[in-house]
Amino acid sequence: MSNTENKQVKIVAAIKDGTVIDRIPSDKLFKVASILHIEELSDQVTVGNNLESQELGTKGIIKVSDKFFNSKDINKIALIAPNAKLNVIKDYVVVEKKTLHLPSILEDIVKCGNPNCITNHEPMMTRFHVEDNKTLTLRCHYCERVMSGDDVKIL
Amino acid sequence: MQKSLVSITDYSKEEMLRILDYAAEFEKNPNQHILDGKVVATLFFEPSTRTRLSFETAVNRLGGRIIGFSDAATSSSSKGETLKDTIKMVSNYADLIVMRHPLEGAARYASEVAKVPVINAGDGSNQHPTQTLLDLYSIRKTQGRLNNLNIFMVGDLKYGRTVHSLLMAMAHFQPTYHFIAPEELKIPAEYKQFCDEQGIPYIEHKELNENINDADILYMTRVQRERFTDLMEYEKVKNVYTLKSKMLENTRDNMRILHPLPRVTEIDYDVDDSEKAYYFDQALNGLYARQAVISYSLGLL
Repeated sequence: MSNTENKQVKIVAAIKDGTVIDRIPSDKLFKVASILHIEELSDQVTVGNNLESQELGTKGIIKVSDKFFNSKDINKIALIAPNAKLNVIKDYVVVEKKTLHLPSILEDIVKCGNPNCITNHEPMMTRFHVEDNKTLTLRCHYCERVMSGDDVKIL
Repeated sequence: MQKSLVSITDYSKEEMLRILDYAAEFEKNPNQHILDGKVVATLFFEPSTRTRLSFETAVNRLGGRIIGFSDAATSSSSKGETLKDTIKMVSNYADLIVMRHPLEGAARYASEVAKVPVINAGDGSNQHPTQTLLDLYSIRKTQGRLNNLNIFMVGDLKYGRTVHSLLMAMAHFQPTYHFIAPEELKIPAEYKQFCDEQGIPYIEHKELNENINDADILYMTRVQRERFTDLMEYEKVKNVYTLKSKMLENTRDNMRILHPLPRVTEIDYDVDDSEKAYYFDQALNGLYARQAVISYSLGLL
């Protein structure tokens, strides 16, 4: 992280323990916040947006105290902000840096965009094969339709 | 080993060829006792008399017994039972499930829930693999081979699932594809991309005319009225995509016309008398292909 970016991060108050999701594209910040159900958390949350970023121009950041996300939640973030960085903080120190990566199979993470798909009619888990990581092309395991990330809804 | 058949891609090239060989044996000898003591459930959550009779004849000719329903109205799904529960219950009784369902992916889900193999007899607009196998069988039987054929696909290439599955299955055999469809019903880009990736040459045509003279197989499909937003466009297209007997004059001797049936206006009745009309024999081949798939799914071959 560059010096200027470091200072920018500090604009948003540091946390003792918890999770920092950094380098979220500004236009995706609130989407990330919503899929993580940040609004329902009782933990201390700091959200910053349109912060200066050398890489992205502007970026968003989410800091949640005393909260450590499970891998299913982390995979959801990868769907909309694949280049975001996730840092685990313990006693003001970054103890783990997680790079997000989309798994080859998404289970119960997204809803199929095909209204005639069985997954939209039965109480069952959805399942998608990630055909292409870069273009975010997904294929429904059940109806076999190929769709882009924009055609699916995150559960 | 028991094995479900949900999508044509569940079978390797070798498995497809095995099924065709078995089907040829059943054609020579359709009445056998392979299914003695077996119970096959035919679950038709939407009616399809043609497909159901073909499957049930296949079971009967092999000595098996049938349970099931021909319409969701007479099944407990009309009471709100989930598909999972219906399949769980039926797989207690039957050795094999043949199912047709209006929703896409229903057969895949059933195959994951059932204790017994599942054969997909059509799931919405997604897959109908035994249709594809009978198409392959018909092609091999009439042409003597599957390799290096000129396959012409005509009509609704956008929504026609039989066309899409056939395109995927024939890809193993170095075909050249010709797609003849109106603008509204053109073959989707993903299938052209598939051909590009597989190195399969294809040509798109707008009209059904003398360009069919190079065809080995002319695969006709129904152009459905409900596919058109502009009904005037439908009226125009309907007549342009009708195959007439005089159009066959300069076609190859070995050329055969296939159609998954039912046909409406896309093939004139005077074509029926041509020796190139193969669609009714094609339907009969479905019996042999299904006998092969049923026996193979149960691990009996």
